[in-house]
Amino acid sequence: MQVPILKQGPFLIASVQSALSDADLLQLRDTLVEQVGRYRSRGVIVDVTALDVMDSFSSRTLRDITQMIRLRGAETVVVGIQPEVAFAMVQLGLTMEGVPTALDLEEGLAYLNQEIRTKGNETERHGR
Amino acid sequence: MGGEERVRIGSDADIVLARQRGREMAARMGFSSTDLVLITTAISELARNIILYAGHGEIVLRNGSDNGRAIFSVMARDQGPGIPNIEQAMRCGYSTSGNLGLGLPGVRRLMDEMTIESRVGEGTTVVAKKWKP
Repeated sequence: MQVPILKQGPFLIASVQSALSDADLLQLRDTLVEQVGRYRSRGVIVDVTALDVMDSFSSRTLRDITQMIRLRGAETVVVGIQPEVAFAMVQLGLTMEGVPTALDLEEGLAYLNQEIRTKGNETERHGR
Repeated sequence: MGGEERVRIGSDADIVLARQRGREMAARMGFSSTDLVLITTAISELARNIILYAGHGEIVLRNGSDNGRAIFSVMARDQGPGIPNIEQAMRCGYSTSGNLGLGLPGVRRLMDEMTIESRVGEGTTVVAKKWKP
């Protein structure tokens, strides 16, 4: 099942569905990393609201996505981790360190806008 | 009460199927939404271990009871290389597959009880159970 990716201004929004296989996740990773370049996106939101399982593979892949997107010059935020899923992740020891998270889509957009602003200011200060 | 469902595990798509079947069975047994997520996550990790270490195997989901209390159990069975040192495998952070190394201790924390039987060269059977409160 492919993950739909929506282009919203300078951002890409990927809405992950519940029945996601490892192959689907890897495809999502590759597509996002490619599309960030094609659309010159500044940020990526991965919405996992519909996801009822976050196991070691999916959390590692989300971490990989975040790091790869960062290397491409954009920021990623994972939104919508459900309370039960968060509980299971903590039991499993999956802390997703280094992966920014936000409550929902709205908070995720606010986070990315803030990140872009901060980056812009830094460029102004340090740029040529 | 009682019931059993088997899912052959040979590819990553089978992991998805196993956790769907497990979730459906546990939901029919009346587990809470939190328990459903814990159970589904445990099935996912156990099925993944089969793919990672043995290549293929089987997940058996059971709806059982003990003294009137419902028990959901998931058995993960493979004929892979086996676990040479179970004690070591149960230590947090230990892994031989270069994965996150959270596998079995993590599953133990998600469920209420877990037993591992393994013989080197013959395979591994893990049974994890969740009691209905």
